[in-house]
Amino acid sequence: MNALLIVCGLGFISLVAEIINLKKGLHIAIVLGLVVAVAAVIGDWNTSATFFNNMLIFDPFSVAFTCLIIVVGIFWFCLTSPFFIGESHQTDRTALIIFTMVGGIMMVSFHNMAILFLGIEILSISLYVLAGSHKESFFSNEAAFKYFIMGSFATGFLLMGIALVYGATGSFDTSEITMHIEGHKAGLPGFFYVGILLMLVGLAFKISVVPFHFWAPDVYAGSPTMITAFMSTVVKIAAVGAFYKIFGLCFFSVQMSVLPIIQGIIILTLLVANIIAVYQNNVKRMLAYSSIAHVGYMLLGFISGSVKFEGILFFYLASYATTSLIAFGILYAIENAKGSTSIDAVKGLYNQNPFAATCMTIALLSLAGIPPFAGFFSKYLIFGSAIEADHIMLVIVAVVTSLVGVYYYFKPIIYMFSPAQASDKLYLSAVQKAFLGMLTAAALLLGLLPEWIITILS
Amino acid sequence: MVPIEYYLWLSATLFSIGVLGVLYRRNAIVIFMCIELMLNAVNLVMVAFSNYLNDPAGQVFVFFIMAVAAAEVAVGLAILVMTFRNTKSTDINMLNRLKW
Repeated sequence: MNALLIVCGLGFISLVAEIINLKKGLHIAIVLGLVVAVAAVIGDWNTSATFFNNMLIFDPFSVAFTCLIIVVGIFWFCLTSPFFIGESHQTDRTALIIFTMVGGIMMVSFHNMAILFLGIEILSISLYVLAGSHKESFFSNEAAFKYFIMGSFATGFLLMGIALVYGATGSFDTSEITMHIEGHKAGLPGFFYVGILLMLVGLAFKISVVPFHFWAPDVYAGSPTMITAFMSTVVKIAAVGAFYKIFGLCFFSVQMSVLPIIQGIIILTLLVANIIAVYQNNVKRMLAYSSIAHVGYMLLGFISGSVKFEGILFFYLASYATTSLIAFGILYAIENAKGSTSIDAVKGLYNQNPFAATCMTIALLSLAGIPPFAGFFSKYLIFGSAIEADHIMLVIVAVVTSLVGVYYYFKPIIYMFSPAQASDKLYLSAVQKAFLGMLTAAALLLGLLPEWIITILS
Repeated sequence: MVPIEYYLWLSATLFSIGVLGVLYRRNAIVIFMCIELMLNAVNLVMVAFSNYLNDPAGQVFVFFIMAVAAAEVAVGLAILVMTFRNTKSTDINMLNRLKW
């Protein structure tokens, strides 16, 4: 809880910093503030408490996800100082990013549908603005516009779902809803199931799974690169956490009725996202499809209903966020140097900057699921728990599609190691190098110690 | 008293009109209005259930929805103005530069 208040306070500080002219030290102050917030989260570790009349709950699950969101946020801030420092509206951008994190923390720690709704909206409204933060760029405009239309459309569905579930159960409190469902299993009215379905549609938009994914590649490709990095790490962690809290915990006893739909979504997500990614010539867009595909794998673990699933999900999201932050961080440096994120821009990266090429290679190999990196163990654990739950067909689809994945992750790697025509060097600042190195080390360490991370949550 | 089903059917109709409007209309401002229609259909369901269940929580939720919808539309209109400066149009078919 203290972490949420600290992060909120940082948001207000960065808004006020514009007025009292404190812009110079703001970036460092925010990073330090976030470190304090991590310390506060670690202080809450393994405790469980509710706040504001059961509106918010900080149990081990929420605390771990809050910690992940803030830690990824710190790394994100350190990798992106150019996005804030040389450009206009520095304080506003910082404040919006911080408020996005506040929304994310609320989404993983809600205990009442009202907080879920408010969290999603705080997160989304800030992101609509951030997606359009390159005001002169047509692409950024289009990304912001599409994101806004699709985001509020999805919110409409989610709200209708919440309203119908409220009508059937008489409460917004998640544990009261669960108790009511347990008590009246046979007597639930028909519109209750319509409500669950509408909530599923609304949240499926937010976690961007096929067939509700069509906005995601456009928005990811059009937004400024580091905002895309933020969307595919922090926002994804929050959205998947909220999806799990709703369908894994709150609606656990009626999960059977939506299971066939979720299975269909998984098959479609894995097939469509992985196959379309093969045809991309823009690395940023390829990573967008890869992030859609990774949500498909997470859902596969979700339906297996393993007791260790919370830990596995946490491990998957941690390793995914680490590796995709490396990939986007280097892509951002390439875009700054060459003005493009197409596959030709990464050509000859090894000659221009061996360190960046090595980090990027490790990140892409981990995303593809090659041992001994973190991505391999996260996929392995998901497939293992799905086999235990007898979803053999789904696992076969997942294994085949992740083989397809190996192809499109290798394409940039081959380009990077091919000889370069021009001899222009790629410049990385010392801070960027240090943090990219730390993230790469984390990708290796997570691969070596998966059990340690999983036992945090079980 | 009007039975609860009437309210549900009315708001289901309004909600569907909103959804169809978002899907079929090409003018951005009309799309905004349709999204508002969807949210107001939800408000109607909330208030109807709140009255039916004798529970004030639903009415409080309506205030949340109204406040958030206002914020959302403010941001949406700002984005629309920003886009209009570049494209000189509110037709969403102008937004077709990002393709797979």
